[in-house]
Amino acid sequence: MRDSWKLIALGALALALIAVFMTIDGSGNWDYILPRRSKKILAILLTGTAISVSTVVFQTLTNNKILTPTLIGLDSMYVLLQTAIVFLFGSATLTSMAKNVQFALAVGLMVLFAGMLYKFLFNREGNHLYFLLLVGIICGTFFSSISSFMQMLLDPNDFLIVQDKMFASFNNMNTDVLILSIVLVLLVLLYFYRDFKYLDVMALGKEHAVNLGVPHGRITKRLLVAVALLVAVSTALVGPVTFLGLLVSNVAYRLMSTFRHKVVIAGTVLISIVALVGGQLIVERVFTFSTTLSVILNFVGGIYFLYLLLKESKSS
Amino acid sequence: MKIGYLWVALIVFSFTSLFVGVSNLSPLDLFRMTDYQWEIMWISRIPRLISILIAGVGMSVIGLIMQQLARNKFVSPTTAGTTDSASLGVLVAILVFPAASPLFKIAVAFVFALGGTMLFMRILNRIQFRDPILIALVGLMFGGIVGSITTFLALKYNLLQSVNSWLFGDFSSILKGKYEMLYVSLPLIALAYLYANRFTIAGMGEEFAVNLGLKYRQVVNLGLGIVALVAAVILLTVGSLPFLGLIIPNIVSLYKGDNLRSSLPHTALLGAVFVLACDILGRIIIYPYEISIGLMVGVIGSGIFLYLLLRRKSYA
Repeated sequence: MRDSWKLIALGALALALIAVFMTIDGSGNWDYILPRRSKKILAILLTGTAISVSTVVFQTLTNNKILTPTLIGLDSMYVLLQTAIVFLFGSATLTSMAKNVQFALAVGLMVLFAGMLYKFLFNREGNHLYFLLLVGIICGTFFSSISSFMQMLLDPNDFLIVQDKMFASFNNMNTDVLILSIVLVLLVLLYFYRDFKYLDVMALGKEHAVNLGVPHGRITKRLLVAVALLVAVSTALVGPVTFLGLLVSNVAYRLMSTFRHKVVIAGTVLISIVALVGGQLIVERVFTFSTTLSVILNFVGGIYFLYLLLKESKSS
Repeated sequence: MKIGYLWVALIVFSFTSLFVGVSNLSPLDLFRMTDYQWEIMWISRIPRLISILIAGVGMSVIGLIMQQLARNKFVSPTTAGTTDSASLGVLVAILVFPAASPLFKIAVAFVFALGGTMLFMRILNRIQFRDPILIALVGLMFGGIVGSITTFLALKYNLLQSVNSWLFGDFSSILKGKYEMLYVSLPLIALAYLYANRFTIAGMGEEFAVNLGLKYRQVVNLGLGIVALVAAVILLTVGSLPFLGLIIPNIVSLYKGDNLRSSLPHTALLGAVFVLACDILGRIIIYPYEISIGLMVGVIGSGIFLYLLLRRKSYA
């Protein structure tokens, strides 16, 4: 199948799933159901796009297909923030805190952290992306060891509150926050759009890219800023979606017969939307909210990926 | 980082470790110990020292091997899917045998880790990997699938906090009768030393290795087996220790290059000295209480490794 047909098929599948999601078990109360469900769908579209774009870009920049932007420590920072609030001020503070304040606090801290990390490392002479990753891992480990220590000391009831924050969830979206995130993600994508066209060349490696006239250092920095912003917004909106990026990007690399970023990114976005909407449907209808979205995504997605790999080895 | 200094540090710290603790025991008592002091020594201090050394050496050595085999600096030994199988085992042990002794629970979890590793290898062997990245990818995906089962069950029975705190690194519960499982890893680490040259060659890629007359698959399987088993044993008796498997091998290879034969001793010693130092500090800071090793390693390690990384002005 040609790639464009694959993309169309994926798009159709995504639309069909969205249609099912919007209308299933409707029973007439459309005025009530539709706005609530469309909020979820919007959040899913937003997160799917942000995670997919940031992961593919990050993997191309680092030339490493098992990495996700999680590596620079933003997710651990988010979990630490939530844990620290509960640990220091009690779970009542976290649950009663206004959603937009929480969102602003989380995005602010994550962007501040990423900014400091980048600034510190880019100001040094002759630095390599490898260093950024190592420093990011170290900071991430620092945050997560403090948060797991705090979590051990938490009252089990308080822990349940933190536990909810540790998994991505599309329930209980706040409208203001949702609109704000959509605006933010669109702004980021628009502002950095002109840098995305260099990705195909950047994927050839630094030497080739520089030889072909791409300002490699500058574009890398700009794209890394874009990645951090996208991850910060989507994490603050729905929580850490760590594994999703890895899963969908690698499924896309297998499904698409080209490495051109236009196709791969479009494929990744569509696959993640299919995965998220489908997963959310299963969580809501099959498990009636008794488990989290990431459980379904990791289980089904992981098995599908292994299946793709096995099939590929058989045919070649 | 001369190897001599590391040896001196190792001996000094080991000696100190034996005489730090709540029960009064000073080096001066060494030649006229009371029965009580002997007991303290045999039941608590020596097992603790041994487990610290094994954990420090084991984790960093298998980290290095894993990175070599997967040809990827960002793969940690927990990537081999073992950790997730072991956590599932812990969960099952808590669920099914709530009253059993700790050693029995560890044994149950270990059986799960073994099974998981065997399954992982079977999947891997059915896949033709032209690309070494697939080792890590299959590990991550496999881990994701098993992890999702664990999370699903843990959420269902509200055991997430218990499983997490079981796996949080902690030496304070190491006593005679609880840590002996760790000895399983000693022959494996010795085997890793013997095979160091072969792992180095395997790290150059399948074609190259076969050309040099190496049974590539066999060596990779052996390496992954060692990695998985050692990781499982340490995880189950001591808990997870951040940094050891990822950052220590990276720091050493910055200084010593990628020939395992020359970098293994440094990696092993640095790992042991690092864990020892963190453990001693953790026992002194809030004496007579202690800070768990997971937190100490996370916090002190971040500082030390950031310093080590940033001190090097440039890196090609």
